[in-house]
Formats: sequence, structure tokens, C-alpha cells
Amino acid sequence: MTSNINKVKYTKDLKKGLHDGIPIALGYISVSFTFGLMGTSSGMLWWQTLLISMTNLTSAGQFAGLEIMVTAGSLIEMALTQLIINIRYALMSISLSQKTDTTFNLPTRLAIGFGVTDEIFAVAVSRNKTVSRYYMAGLLIMPYLGWALGTAAGAVLGAVIPDYISNALGIAIYGMFMAIIIPQARDNSKYLIIIIIAAILSCCFKWIAVLQNVSSGFVIIICAVLASVIGAVLYPVEDEVED
Amino acid sequence: MTIEKYFIYLAVMAGVTYLIRALPLAICRSKVKNKFVKSFLAYIPYAVLSAMTFPAVIYSTGRLVSGIVGTVVGIFLSYKRKSLLTVAVAACVAAFIAGLL
Repeated sequence: MTSNINKVKYTKDLKKGLHDGIPIALGYISVSFTFGLMGTSSGMLWWQTLLISMTNLTSAGQFAGLEIMVTAGSLIEMALTQLIINIRYALMSISLSQKTDTTFNLPTRLAIGFGVTDEIFAVAVSRNKTVSRYYMAGLLIMPYLGWALGTAAGAVLGAVIPDYISNALGIAIYGMFMAIIIPQARDNSKYLIIIIIAAILSCCFKWIAVLQNVSSGFVIIICAVLASVIGAVLYPVEDEVED
Repeated sequence: MTIEKYFIYLAVMAGVTYLIRALPLAICRSKVKNKFVKSFLAYIPYAVLSAMTFPAVIYSTGRLVSGIVGTVVGIFLSYKRKSLLTVAVAACVAAFIAGLL
């Protein structure tokens, strides 16, 4: 009896996850299309660019990694760059681990871990309850397919897309980021303040001469950690409601 | 770049990225009780995305004018709670139109 109830709940979770993943997937298509374009214009074969997307599933990390490949950077540089740019995912994974329910055993954690992206994480934790592995699996599928398909399309069509179109597509990923953080800032002034602090710090690194030599991966870490520490000290969050 | 070299790069890139994400999820099994840590973890993703977005978004289209127009449109539609897709596409379209002017 209990297992039947669970089965119904888990099927519902999977469907809910698939549904919630669709807007992320569509957003990813536009961003990964840009990545595919860049791969081809850097001289990569279409399947090489596609394989990067299918094995990495990151945005900023892939763009930086592609650059290192085509400029023949060292493997140490590749490893360090990925570490620095993607270390935020470690923080997100820790944060996500606080929301998982009892269905998250070790193999599940090792599998789901592959798919922790900014948007998937944000959607998962913005649910006001714990998440099951069925929900997470559903949530990963569409964005993964979107990321791969967009990359393939961009890599193949890269040669025929004019610059003024591909330039405009460069803003897509930031549109997605804004759609995640701004509604949260509107609902909760604590988050608004943390978001503003992080943005101001980031602007300092961009515009103040002595700070401009800090690499982009480090800038993100410094700004985010500082803003979050300030937030945690000044505005500790109340306990969340869980079901 | 040889095919061998490509696959070595790919393995390093994907391997580091995977471990960063999967290990914390595999290792952290208990709920965090500490209020400071809980608050920090609640804020970090939004702080990361904010730091990545600003000010990079205004430079993302290669031209400042189209970047700023796209940013304003993106902020407005996000504030109106439009979906990820709507905001991303509208920002691209706005940037594209501004780029033509």
C-alpha cells in the first residue's frame, strides 16, 4: 500500500521535474547555440564541440575551456580554470544536499551531481519542500537535451550565421540569470541586498584598475563569498518550511 | 590540435567539473544546523549569479548600446516574473534591434 502511494508520488515528481525543466531547456538552447557557433569559428569539428557540451554541462566553464583548447594552454591551466570557475557548483551541491529527501542514496548523488547547474539548482531549491531523486532526474533531462541540441545546431550552422545575429545571442545566458535572481530580489529584500552587494563588488573588479588583473573565476568567488558572508551575518535566514 | 590532445583536454575539463559537483553532494549527508552556514548556503547561488551577470551583461553583445538595451529589457521582464525563456529571448531580440540602429 505504502509502496503504491510512493509510486504515484514518484511518477508525479518525475513529471513535475520534466515540466519544470522545459523553460530551462529552451533557455539553454539559445546559450549552447552560441557555444556551438564559437566552437566552429575557433576551428573545432562539430562533434568535438558537441562532446564538450555533453560531458561538461557548464556555461562559463565551457567557454573558458574552449579558449584554452584552441590556444593550446597547459593541462594545469585547464584544471585550475575549471576548478575556479566551477567551484560555485560545489557550494550549490552542498546547498542542494540540504534539500534532498531519503530517496537520495550514494549512486543517486553521484549521478545527479553531474547535472548541478546554476539554473537547475535554482529551480530545485526554490521549491518550498524537499526534492526526491525522481524530481531531480526529471528536472535534468530536458536541459541536458537542450544543451546538447543547441550546441550541435550552433556548431553545424556556425558557418552560415552572420555576426550581428550571433552577437545578439551573447546576452541570452545573462537573461536567464536575471530571470532567476530578480524575482527573488523582488520577493525578499534580504536577497535584494545580497544581490546588489555582489553586483557592486563585481563592478569594482571590472572597473577599478588595480583589481582588473584578478582572473574572472576568482572574481566570481570573491564577490559571491563576500556578499553571502555579509548576508549571513546581517540577515540570517529563518528556518524554511519543509513537508 | 590532434585528436589525442583533444581527448586529454576533454577528460581533464570534464573530470574536474564532475568531481566539483558530485563530491559535495555525495559527502554531505546530514542537515546543516548552524544558522550562519545555512544562511550562507541560501545566499550563495544568488550572489554567484549576480556577480556573473553584472556588469558582464552590458558587454555581452560586443556593443555597449545593444548590451544596455538588452539588460534593461531583461531586468524589466524578470521583475514582471516572466520565464527564463521569455527573458532570454526578449533580451536577445532587444539587443539585436538596438544593434541595427
